[in-house]
Amino acid sequence: MSDVILEMRNITKTFPGVKALDNVNFSVERGEIHALVGENGAGKSTLMKVLSGVYPYGTYEGEIYFEGQECKFHDISQSEEIGLVIIHQELALIPYLSITENLFLGNERAKNGIIDWNESISRTKELLEKVGLHEPPNTLITNMGVGKQQLVEIAKALAKKVKLLILDEPTASLNETDSEKLLELLLQLKSQGIASILISHKLSEVSKVADAITILRDGATIETLDTHKDVITEDRIIRGMVGRDMTHRFPPRESNIGEVIFEVKDWNAYHPLHENRKVSDNVNIHVRKGEVVGIAGLMGAGRTELAMSIFGRAYGTHINGKAYKHGKEIDISTINKAIANGIAYATEDRKAYGLILIEEIKDNITLANLEAISSSGVINEPKELTVTREYRDKLNIKCSSILQLALNLSGGNQQKVVLSKWLFANPDILILDEPTRGIDVGAKYEIYTIINRLASEGKGIIMISSELPEILGVCDRIYVMRDGKIVGEMPAKEASQEIVMKHIMFEQEATE
Amino acid sequence: MKTMSNLFKNNIREYGMLIALVVIMIFFYFMTDGILMKPINITNLVLQNSYVIIMALGMLLIIVSGWIDLSVGSVAAFVGAIAGVMIVKWDWNWMLVMAICLVAGGLIGAWQGYWVAYLKIPAFIVTLAGMLVFRGLTLVMVRGEAIGPFPEGFRNISGGYIPDFFQNEGFHITTMVVGVLVSILLIIADIRTRRNQEKYGFEVTPSAFFVAKQVFLTLAVMGFCYLMASYKGIPNLLVIMFPLVAIYAFLTNQTVIGRRIYALGGNEKAARLSGVNTQRLLFLTFVNMGVLAALAGMVVASRLNSSTPNAGEGFELDVIAACFIGGASASGGIGTVIGAVVGAFFVGVMNNGMSLLGVGIDWQQSIKGFVLLAAVLFDLYNKNKSS
Repeated sequence: MSDVILEMRNITKTFPGVKALDNVNFSVERGEIHALVGENGAGKSTLMKVLSGVYPYGTYEGEIYFEGQECKFHDISQSEEIGLVIIHQELALIPYLSITENLFLGNERAKNGIIDWNESISRTKELLEKVGLHEPPNTLITNMGVGKQQLVEIAKALAKKVKLLILDEPTASLNETDSEKLLELLLQLKSQGIASILISHKLSEVSKVADAITILRDGATIETLDTHKDVITEDRIIRGMVGRDMTHRFPPRESNIGEVIFEVKDWNAYHPLHENRKVSDNVNIHVRKGEVVGIAGLMGAGRTELAMSIFGRAYGTHINGKAYKHGKEIDISTINKAIANGIAYATEDRKAYGLILIEEIKDNITLANLEAISSSGVINEPKELTVTREYRDKLNIKCSSILQLALNLSGGNQQKVVLSKWLFANPDILILDEPTRGIDVGAKYEIYTIINRLASEGKGIIMISSELPEILGVCDRIYVMRDGKIVGEMPAKEASQEIVMKHIMFEQEATE
Repeated sequence: MKTMSNLFKNNIREYGMLIALVVIMIFFYFMTDGILMKPINITNLVLQNSYVIIMALGMLLIIVSGWIDLSVGSVAAFVGAIAGVMIVKWDWNWMLVMAICLVAGGLIGAWQGYWVAYLKIPAFIVTLAGMLVFRGLTLVMVRGEAIGPFPEGFRNISGGYIPDFFQNEGFHITTMVVGVLVSILLIIADIRTRRNQEKYGFEVTPSAFFVAKQVFLTLAVMGFCYLMASYKGIPNLLVIMFPLVAIYAFLTNQTVIGRRIYALGGNEKAARLSGVNTQRLLFLTFVNMGVLAALAGMVVASRLNSSTPNAGEGFELDVIAACFIGGASASGGIGTVIGAVVGAFFVGVMNNGMSLLGVGIDWQQSIKGFVLLAAVLFDLYNKNKSS
């Protein structure tokens, strides 16, 4: 029964300075559900982008065969043409168009440019029937829940005569019943001969529906497990996902931990648009003087949302809960008050939220604490130059001049500018959100060194990171977050990647 | 030679528009057989463009914040109408009325700023509505007719000149004295900046270039003063305008609030997360715009010696054009006060020069449109090259 529909051979994809995929081999048989698992950054999405033509032929090495034919896609429309459809995590539907209009977008049922609505609508009804969605075809997407939108996406794929469906974290934003429905549908499609690649972090559903599981780690295929031959436990999958050696990627440090400096109690926050969706659910966390506390979890676990809701309610609505500094309750209801109380938040998205790219390094560094370099509202320029140079030297920002635009710096140096900005605001508590995302290994080491130094100066540091080795290598204590809740807490000494990963993944065990 | 061309490249952006202004002045000087540079015409040029410059100061801040204000012409007309009714019809003291009008302008700005900053309605829509609303209200106020004439004190805002303490017939010596003082002040300020730059180890322009710049500036200031002295001296309006320009240049360059406005326009989210109260700041830029539009409205009323229903029509376009020609970026975060002033003069010289040449209003509009497009293209080209 080895009827291979897709084969990817020796795929290698490099980005400047990083090898994202290294000789990956991956094959899918006709009519199977093939799960693709791995940590954040293991290369799953990159592999799928290579497959679907987002990264066109020529930008990677290796070969792709679909139904025995070699494919050289130049864009996504070519891959769709032969029946390869990818459904992204962020749905690509147009909210103010109807189901019908979305289903046939770019693929309109039309003659001479005039849409045949009768045919479109009757086809829509057929397709909706197939995916088990009972909605009138003229319903606007914006009036439907995420689960139903997901089904529309699949119907859209069916409209394109899909043979291989790729789903990137399809259930990440679905509740249990909707997830259940979606998996049902995948099994149903399988019986009709449509193969699927399922990218998922939810190992329970992976082991439930998948026929084969391929594990990626650090851009390489580790193994492919056949769920029909052996019994595959979730532990077995996790071992494959994290089984890497810890090398000297982290500077050594001596912790000198004091009393509790900052504490958040019974913290709740709701989604700004869906007001009944809780993004932070009764969270209790604290950080001590000189301590680095990590918050582990998957993307979408609510870590950034928690941090930003604490930082002057920069995210979320109906926020309630109490914050204490040195045991005294503090008011952090606006960003200014949070900063005044010695809290700083360095964002995960430095380009969109951290830097003013079209401005000079110096302007970026002083922005959060202009008071310190001005008197009665007038900026003391010599003073500004002196302090920004100090930070340039202290954090080793590589630039031609502090008058250089932030735009022209490398990722690592941009991150150092963001850090400088917050260090100049002289906080006692620093929340660092993915401080090493998208920067190279050398710069990462420098960032870790800075974190160590800040801790030794007696600051309390909360570090959010999706990279488990980093959390284990840098932190003193680790919180694990899932679905807006803290589901685990442990000293880093007692933690291992397996233990943390279990807390991240398993729903049952985590009700501590 | 290489350093010279580098120097030119580095400064083309900063001085590009200034050079363009000089070029266009020379062009019209020859085309109009020198009429452009006649003392009376230069004085007129200043008076005619005063309102554009005054409003450009506020518009620049709004554009740097990342927005736009289409209502300034209507607001100016409306405030002019208020002044007309109060001074002429109700016979109120004109100084009191000026104060009332400035407050009224601030309130109008607050009204629009509230919609934009706190209710997050795009400024394009809010101020388009404002443009219609205040034009309509102007018509209501003046009932379709011109209200005038104004008392002498109010007329003198735009029609008067500073007194000559030397009582010299035909040539205004005080003007020249002021010119010398201003030149000296400018040179001292420039030398201080340069010293500071040297002290902090920044690369400074070669001294030859620096001296040349000072000579050029002094010549420009003195030449300008000489021309005005040959007519009636420095107009009162210039006494209002020059300090205003200086204050706004200082505000944008040297103060915390200025820095924050650039941050707001450069990346609103990042500015907010750095503790900048972005909503209030945006609100205040609109209040500021309202006050300046009110001032411009009174200047126009004073100059026309009446409040008319269609005063200030199309001003918003000249003002916005001045900012963009002066190098402001439509996406926010970039632009200078001096650039906007140069841009305003550029538009002014074109208007004036083409009128002197007898170019019809139809062609004037088209040519101005093309120049605006060319200026933005030039700016984009420079930006792409530098990045």
